Amino acid sequence: MAAKAEIAGQAAKTPTDIEHEELISGSEAIAHAVSLADVDVITAYPIRPYDTVMQYVAKMIANGDFDCEFIVAESEHSQFEIVKHASAVGARVFCGSSGVGWMYAFEALTVTPALRIPMVAMVGNRALDDPGAFGVEHNDALAVRDLGWMLIWVDNAQEALDTALIAYRVAENRKVFLPCAICTDGAFLTHSQYSVKVPSKAQVDRFLPPYKRDDLLLHPDNPITIAPQVNEDWVMEIRKQNDEAMKRAKGVIAEAYREFKEVFGRDYTNSMFIEEYMTDDAEIVLLGMGTISMPARVTVRKLREQGKKIGFVRLKWLRPFPTEELRKSLARFKAVGVIDRDYSFGSPSDGGVVFNEVRAALYPLAKRPLMSGFIAGLGGREVTIENITQMVEMLEKSVQIGKAEPETHWIGVRE
Amino acid sequence: MGLGHVGCQGCAAALAMRYVLKALGEKTIVVLPACCWSVIAGPFPHSALKVPVLHSAFATGAVAASGVRAMLDVQGDRETTVLAWAGDGGTFDIGLQALSDAAERSENILYVCYDNEAYMNTGIQRSSVTPFGAWTTTTPAQTPKLEPKKDIIAIIAAHKIPYAATATVAYPEDLVKKVQKAKNIRGTRFIHILAPCPPGWKVPSELSVTLARLAVKTRLFPLYEVEHGKKYTINLVPESLPVREYLELQGRFSHLSEEQIKEIQDAVDAKWEELQRRAAYGV
Repeated sequence: MAAKAEIAGQAAKTPTDIEHEELISGSEAIAHAVSLADVDVITAYPIRPYDTVMQYVAKMIANGDFDCEFIVAESEHSQFEIVKHASAVGARVFCGSSGVGWMYAFEALTVTPALRIPMVAMVGNRALDDPGAFGVEHNDALAVRDLGWMLIWVDNAQEALDTALIAYRVAENRKVFLPCAICTDGAFLTHSQYSVKVPSKAQVDRFLPPYKRDDLLLHPDNPITIAPQVNEDWVMEIRKQNDEAMKRAKGVIAEAYREFKEVFGRDYTNSMFIEEYMTDDAEIVLLGMGTISMPARVTVRKLREQGKKIGFVRLKWLRPFPTEELRKSLARFKAVGVIDRDYSFGSPSDGGVVFNEVRAALYPLAKRPLMSGFIAGLGGREVTIENITQMVEMLEKSVQIGKAEPETHWIGVRE
Repeated sequence: MGLGHVGCQGCAAALAMRYVLKALGEKTIVVLPACCWSVIAGPFPHSALKVPVLHSAFATGAVAASGVRAMLDVQGDRETTVLAWAGDGGTFDIGLQALSDAAERSENILYVCYDNEAYMNTGIQRSSVTPFGAWTTTTPAQTPKLEPKKDIIAIIAAHKIPYAATATVAYPEDLVKKVQKAKNIRGTRFIHILAPCPPGWKVPSELSVTLARLAVKTRLFPLYEVEHGKKYTINLVPESLPVREYLELQGRFSHLSEEQIKEIQDAVDAKWEELQRRAAYGV
């Protein structure tokens, strides 16, 4: 393209000038969003599959399409600390990691929400070592679920780009001021290409207000101390403030989706926290996060051809957790099967993390569906149509006997 | 720095901060990884510091400063000095990797390590900076530390940063001069300040400055600068007192045998010779 423009003697138009469509991977989509959001400071440290995003960022900078402070650090711990501190001085920041790299940064991941730093990060979900595996598992991102990170799982590159923009708008809202991690399934999303509508810079500028810290800005003219020792005198009050911020986040997220529709024309307002697929008359539904939605939707369609009333619910935001939305949605069904691409050894019913969270959310309901947990697709193993059909059959059986037993099943494990 | 810090009596680290901030002035942002200074400024809502402070994770002194610097650069602020202020554990041990990285990237930061030769804030545990023969709570007198102190200046100088120097609170003019010099250099600058710790060294609090001076006079802690990893300048050629005079004032060395004292003296002499050679001929 650039060469053609050169021959024609015309200045090449940068792709951010106009809304256009590109065939790009999930990682590239997020890199585009970061550039459109005019992020000030980006740090990186390589680990697969997250590292693709840093390569795209480096390329955009090298091509002159994007200007930012780009620092390739010596470890995940350092890269997260660099952007954390830059954010305190007023920088819009981006960072990310995968698997054990994310875990290497764990101390930094702990203090970031505690300090109310509105960092936006990408997790290219990857199995934790050992044994080694490049494929997806959700335990990396799930490790921070109690700490004040907003966590969203997306299932395609368009949603990854759009969500990154929404994440900045939500995180940097002073009512929230919490970090947000966009979780993208390793390989299935980070490395798979989709046709993506890349918005124009003008649209993004309209959607995304500048990041302002005001009285919280670390600057010689505002000599505040951030993160002083407070001990038992203040810790509870500060934790409660974080709790309130996370509660407020739900409203801010909803507002962001409504505004997003106005500016970009893409409408997520009916699927802000959860997205339902063929659930209108469903009796049995499966629920999962991320790209598990692909084989799940295909299976639902196939089984519906056989006259089975099956649906799928995709959980998008795990934090803040859509308690009310899930109660309202899931109370309608006879049985719900939660697919976990994670594990939680020794947990209630030896189930996955999402299964136990969803089940706990439904506990106060007078009429609860039967619930089963399915642990599947660990380490990036493909979850097949046969696997999901098997889950549905198990749920059908539990409806027949009026009991979900056992409560947790491992699907697709060789004996 | 104002009044009312909550450091121990005779804390040289508190004195060192006072001198350094005096030299740097108000246009300074301090990043403070976990160290004694996590508590010295005073717990919230009190602070003895009049400059903005970001208290950070243990290993992060250099990269925390890098982050602050990155955004100041975006803002076009060339005036503000970013000071990373870390203890010896946070510099020689857990923060060394991050420090090395910042130095490699020539981050435009001033890194000051105040060195009290052990993990004092947590209860006097040995660090890689604890000198040969010293008692700590993890190296009791019967089994004292037998490894020598890491040579941090040699490590940092190997990164060819524009400026590295040693200083102590016993020579405030020298310290202030070095900080001011460092302030006006771009790139990674490193100052290593020996900061005696009365409870950790088992000495009366009034001896802090005396010990810092003796460390220099016995040539155990020479005052020198290294520019671009090459140009060594010894700032003071002391009269060469025997190290015994420094060691015998401190409870942490009271168990040392004559042989061990001689071993320390020999090491100091060899080190001094090496330093002189470097100052005369370069590296």
